[in-house]
Amino acid sequence: MEHSKAGQEILEEVKSPGRLSRTFITLYDVFQFMGRFFKEGFLPPYEGRELMKQCYDIGYKSLALISLTGFITGIVFTKQSRPSLAEFGATSWLPSLVGIALLRTLAPLLTSLIAAGKVGSSIGAELGSMRVTEQIDAMEVSATNPFKFLVTTRVLAATITIPILTFYTAMVGMLGALLNVSMSEGTSAKLFFQSSLESITFLDITASTVKAVLFGFTIGMVGCYQGYNSSKGTEGVGKAANSAVVIGMFLIFIEEVVSVQFFGLFRS
Amino acid sequence: MEQKKTIETQEKVIEIKGLYKSFGNYHVLRGVDLNLFKRENLVVLGKSGTGKSVLIKIIVGLLTPDAGMVNVLNQQVDQISYKELLALRLKVGFSFQNSALYDSMTVRENLVFPLVRNQKNLTKAEINSSVEEMLDAVGLLQTINQMPSELSGGQRKRIGIARTLILRPEIMLYDEPTAGLDPITCLEINSLINEVQDRFHTSSIIITHDLTCAKAVGNRVAMLLDGKFERQGTFDEVFNTSDERVKPFYDYNFIQ
Repeated sequence: MEHSKAGQEILEEVKSPGRLSRTFITLYDVFQFMGRFFKEGFLPPYEGRELMKQCYDIGYKSLALISLTGFITGIVFTKQSRPSLAEFGATSWLPSLVGIALLRTLAPLLTSLIAAGKVGSSIGAELGSMRVTEQIDAMEVSATNPFKFLVTTRVLAATITIPILTFYTAMVGMLGALLNVSMSEGTSAKLFFQSSLESITFLDITASTVKAVLFGFTIGMVGCYQGYNSSKGTEGVGKAANSAVVIGMFLIFIEEVVSVQFFGLFRS
Repeated sequence: MEQKKTIETQEKVIEIKGLYKSFGNYHVLRGVDLNLFKRENLVVLGKSGTGKSVLIKIIVGLLTPDAGMVNVLNQQVDQISYKELLALRLKVGFSFQNSALYDSMTVRENLVFPLVRNQKNLTKAEINSSVEEMLDAVGLLQTINQMPSELSGGQRKRIGIARTLILRPEIMLYDEPTAGLDPITCLEINSLINEVQDRFHTSSIIITHDLTCAKAVGNRVAMLLDGKFERQGTFDEVFNTSDERVKPFYDYNFIQ
C-alpha cells in the first residue's frame, strides 16, 4: 500500500525505516485520512446524490443477506438456549433473553461483520481499481475533489446505513425466534414481543446505536483508506479488498470489547 | 509525411525552469527547462522511465516538484491554493495513457460528470448538446449509451479526449495517445490531435515514443535525455544528429 504524500516525505527522511517506523507512519496516514474526512464531510459542496446512491448500494443491496442471517440466527439462538433455561424451568424467559442478546450484541456484531465482508471488500476493490486505472487522478484533473466524491460519501453512507441495518437484523432475528418459540411452546406473538420488549432498556438501544454507528464508520473508513491508497497493479486491488475485510473485522471486535466495558459502567 | 511548421507566436502558456523531481534515490528530472507556446503542439520524446509522464503530472499538480518553477497560464502551480488549482485544472485537459474512463458510467455519463460538476447552471438541453458535440468531434456519437468495457482501445482513447475537451481547456496534455494501438488507429488519433488543435485552438504537450505521431502532430519536438531537455526544435533539427542517445530512436522507428 502507498502512503500519503506527507507519509512518503517522512518515509524518505527516515533512513532505512524499520517495521516500527512504518507502523507509526501508517498510523499518521490513517489519522490524516480521518481528519480529511471530517474536514471535507462538513464543508460544502455536499455530494447528496452520490450519498443517496451509496446508501442504496450499501443498505438496500445488503438486505437479502442480512435478512437471511438475522432470521437464522434468531431461530438457532433460541433453539440452543432453550435446553439451558429448561433445566431451571425458565423457558418463559426465552423472549427476554433473545431480545436482549439480539439487541445488545448479536445484531450489531452480525450486521457489521457481514457488512465488513460484503461492503468493506467492495469499497476497497472499487476504489483500489479506480486508483490503479488512474480514474481517481482523472477526477482530480477534471477539477473534481475525488476524496469528497468517493470517500466522504461512502464513509457517511456506511455510518448511516449500518445502524439502520442493525435494528432491521434485530427485528428479523426476533421474528426467527418467535417462529421457533411459537412452534415449540405455542407462545403468541403478542406475548412474545411484550416480554422481550419489556426487558429492553433505553441504555440497550443507545449502546446498540452507538456501536453500530462506530462499526459503520470503521467499515467505511477502512475500506476507503485501503482502496484510496492502493498501490499500483491488480495485486494492489486484491490486497486492498482483503485488508479492508481483515482489518475491518479486527477493529470491529476490538471496538465491541471496549464498548461492552464502557456501557457496562452505566449498567452497574 | 509532411512535417508541421513551428508556431510564430512567442506567448508562453507553460513555462518550466530548473525542475527537479526524485523518487527516493531515483532522480527522474534534473533541471528541466521547457516552454509551451500558445496554439503549438509540443511533442515530448524520451525513453521509458525518463520522467515524461511525471513532467505532465507536475504541470497539473498531481505531483509536486522537489525544486524549480512551473508556471501555467501565469500561475505558479506549486504556490497556489487547492481552490485555485482546481480552477486552473479547468483550463488544462489531461488525456491519460489508459484513458481512465469511469468504468461504472456510460459514455454519456463519463462526459456529463465533469461538465455538471464544473458548470452548475447548464440546462439539460445544453448538457446534451455539449455531450453530443464532443462525441461528434471525436467521431463516436454512436457509442453514447455504451459502457467503457464495450469499447475498443482506440475508441476509449477518443472518448477520453472528448471527456477532456468538454470543459473547453486552453491546454491539452496527452500521455502516450497512441500507445498500444494498431497503426491505422494511431493515424486516426494523430489526425484527431491535429483537429483538436485547429478546432479548439488548444496548446498541447504530447508525450509519446512514437516518432510517426511526433512528426505528424508536433510543431516542435523536445527530447528528454538524462533528466533534461537537451534537444529541442523541429523534428528534423532534433533528429539530424549523430548523438548516440538520439539516433537509436530514429533508427528503430524509421529504418527498422
